[in-house]
Amino acid sequence: MTPHPSLFAPLLIASLAVFAWGCWKRLSLISLGQPEDRFNNIGTRIGEMLRYAFGQKRVLAKPFGFNHFIIFWSFLILMVANTEFILNGLFPHTIKLVKLPFELYLPLAFMIDIASLLALAAVTVAALRRIFAPPYPEARTLDAFFILGLIATLMLASFTLNASELAAYMLKSGADPVSFLATARKMMPVSALLAGLLPPLQLEIIHTAAWWAHAVALLAFICYLPISKHMHILTAIPNCFLHRLEKPNTQPREEFTIGNTFGVGQVDRYSWKDLLDSFTCTECGRCQMVCPASITGKPLNPRAVIHDIKVNLLANGAALKKKGTPQIPLIGEDGEGSVSEESIWACTTCGACMEACPVLIEHMPKIIQMRRHLVESEAKFPEELLNLFENMEGRSNPWGIAPSERTKWCSQLDIKQFDRDTTEYLFYVGCAGSFDSRNKHVSVAMAQLLDKAGVSWGILGKEEKCCGDSVRRLGNEYVFDKMARENVAMFIERGVTKVITQCPHCFTTLKNDYRQYGLELEVIHHSELLRNLLQEGRLLLGKTTQEMGTTVFHDSCYLGRHNDVYDAPRAVIEAATGQAPSEMERNRSSAFCCGAGGGRMWMEEHGGERINLTRINEALEQSPDTICVACPYCMTMFEDGLKDAKADYVKVRDVAEVMAEALLH
Amino acid sequence: MLIVVCIKQVPDTTQVQIDPVTNTLVREGIPFIVNPYDTHALEEALRLKDRLGCKIAAISMGPPNAEATLKKALALGIDHAILLSDRVFGGADTLATSTVLAAAIAKLHAEVDEVGLVLCGKQTIDGDTAQVGPGIASRLNYRQLTLVDKIISLDLSAKKIRVSRKLEGRHEIVEAPLPAMLTVVRELNRPRYPKVQMRLAAAEAVVEVWDNKILQLDEQKIGLKGSPTWVSKIFSPERDKGEILGDGYADPAGAAALLIDKLMAKDMLPL
Repeated sequence: MTPHPSLFAPLLIASLAVFAWGCWKRLSLISLGQPEDRFNNIGTRIGEMLRYAFGQKRVLAKPFGFNHFIIFWSFLILMVANTEFILNGLFPHTIKLVKLPFELYLPLAFMIDIASLLALAAVTVAALRRIFAPPYPEARTLDAFFILGLIATLMLASFTLNASELAAYMLKSGADPVSFLATARKMMPVSALLAGLLPPLQLEIIHTAAWWAHAVALLAFICYLPISKHMHILTAIPNCFLHRLEKPNTQPREEFTIGNTFGVGQVDRYSWKDLLDSFTCTECGRCQMVCPASITGKPLNPRAVIHDIKVNLLANGAALKKKGTPQIPLIGEDGEGSVSEESIWACTTCGACMEACPVLIEHMPKIIQMRRHLVESEAKFPEELLNLFENMEGRSNPWGIAPSERTKWCSQLDIKQFDRDTTEYLFYVGCAGSFDSRNKHVSVAMAQLLDKAGVSWGILGKEEKCCGDSVRRLGNEYVFDKMARENVAMFIERGVTKVITQCPHCFTTLKNDYRQYGLELEVIHHSELLRNLLQEGRLLLGKTTQEMGTTVFHDSCYLGRHNDVYDAPRAVIEAATGQAPSEMERNRSSAFCCGAGGGRMWMEEHGGERINLTRINEALEQSPDTICVACPYCMTMFEDGLKDAKADYVKVRDVAEVMAEALLH
Repeated sequence: MLIVVCIKQVPDTTQVQIDPVTNTLVREGIPFIVNPYDTHALEEALRLKDRLGCKIAAISMGPPNAEATLKKALALGIDHAILLSDRVFGGADTLATSTVLAAAIAKLHAEVDEVGLVLCGKQTIDGDTAQVGPGIASRLNYRQLTLVDKIISLDLSAKKIRVSRKLEGRHEIVEAPLPAMLTVVRELNRPRYPKVQMRLAAAEAVVEVWDNKILQLDEQKIGLKGSPTWVSKIFSPERDKGEILGDGYADPAGAAALLIDKLMAKDMLPL
């Protein structure tokens, strides 16, 4: 009953060589990426790794994730058994778990037996799911079934192996089978059960067959791992350790000096971590199931973007290592391995993909890097963006309206200019609040509420400039950089430290993006300020308003997912109407985008269903009288969409308007 | 062959206001832009360069800060940028302006390369005369093809150009020998957007400045002295004040009813 080290050892060495070669081939490609520091705050990183990799936090966010959780932890436990197996194959009878003290061996053997059973059950469930209800149709790959089959083989072989060893021991010791197996069942329930069923005369042959079946399956697994999507077994844990600790709601700055390249048009322009991401993706498809572009039938599929980056890297790696020209373009219509321009422009930068990814892959920054390449290095973009870019650069607002009209919204109001000595807050009105006729009402409501609460505030008036959010998300970093520098310089000169914004896009840009320019502002979204004023008793509601009827709240991506503000707008609505707003099916961190983020506000929506209509239909399921928003872009998308859906009997109101209705009317 | 594009820096007219006292344009704080029609002329030159490989020179007459306009052109890919700037050029009308521009084109022709085409916007958005392009053509004795919305063919060996002119309600196909001066309309093309690399290079580039020491023009024929026309007054046309009907905020339906009555009374609302 001895394994043959003389046969096993060379096979093992060969397998390890294949494994090492596979890993090296891929990991050496990662080193083609650009430098990026992902080793700061090691303590926090370890915590993140424990939470997301070992705790499987994101995996468990979906019911099916439990299945993966079982496979993952079974694997960790079975690593002990497999290490024993390999050592035993090399040095028979020298290293055996059974030689451990009994108090240690007993629970270990029990855990291994149970873990094997759970793993077997889990891979069976996984295979059935893939056959009958795959997460997405293309998930029925040979690759997936092969690995599931391999794991199942490993488990079955391991049971048989243990059972035959138990039975052989029983025969050799001459123990009473009934009492022996009864004791054994407490130790290794599954293997002991099987031991009772094995024919005593064929034990040796069964043992040898099971041993080799296990050996072959294990070695095949080792060889196959690095060349398949199951590479994630190796990369997911480090990927969770290396993820961006701050929310990926900004993009890195670019340095505008002659000779630099801008954005990513060739795969090795990505950072090494971006490339590691591509080898971490398991193609679970959770990103595409939450992506507003994918869901509404646009060409973008975040899973495919990450996959294409990997395929491109594998195809071009050899050439790139020799500083040669890539064989497949990163951006193009060349199928697998290339990302189409259409899909790059379809992204709303809503961040749902990143929120859903169990292994913390950062999709959005990669897409924006490709946009940067298209805009900055090739000047190629959907034609409707030409006006936007020129308006932003020339007149510092998306519509190209004369900057002198920025204060028209408040021409009937008595509003102070911001002054560091006499006003505490700057109310940064934003372009939509200043120029868009519907959103001007929100600005007026805010102004009235601020006065009512006795807040000391002022505006920059005609000197206010666009924050640059849209151009940054659209990849026009050059123009954003100019706008950000000007704004930062003005804020510093004017002594601005505390800013109120009514637009989540201004909010995130001033708060997160301008930090890269050395400006730390205390930025507060108007929903948070209103909530605080209510809590502090500075806004006293004598009555609640019935004007809004039943309300439903829509989370703005840049307020919610990108900045974690979920409760404040809900609290304001509840205080003003006396009732918590109802929730759409997808809410808070899994809310569905209105379709306007990432500069999509200024672009045509081609093909598929309209994103705003999809969201409106979801809102209408709650039969609201009023859809409440906290973002001017969401406001526009809902107002427009409700007309298209012939449902403009439903009102759209910003939280400030809801509050003003209760307080002022 | 050299293509010369004439471009002008103009105030962003959407932001221009007229000083009610002096009746002149208030230019303080008003950003300058490239005259929008000129951007189409520039784009067409760039397309011809992409196709035929010819070189492009952009010239602009204006104060030293008009250099920014030429840098924008450099960022788009022109080969030579020349600013025609001198105090004695100032205050020029269309006649004096075209004299200076024509002299510069003649100099480019003599010193850089044979000029085959001169491209201008159909007019500027500040002066709106549409006379400078034709003025250049007259002074240089080039064929003038105005209001071009399409270059149908350009045959360099036969030295011929065929264009479509956009006239009111019709198009005219015209053929002319080179050299020719074209003024272009917006329908001609969609201007491109500059690449960052080119912008950075343009920012560093030095724009050549030609003053009258270089052009050696008779001072009686240029600038204010050489301008038979001058602007005596600029004003916004008076318009009758409108009338506010009802209260659209408090009673939108009532206000609408008043409007309908009024329009029906004037027989402007056929039912």
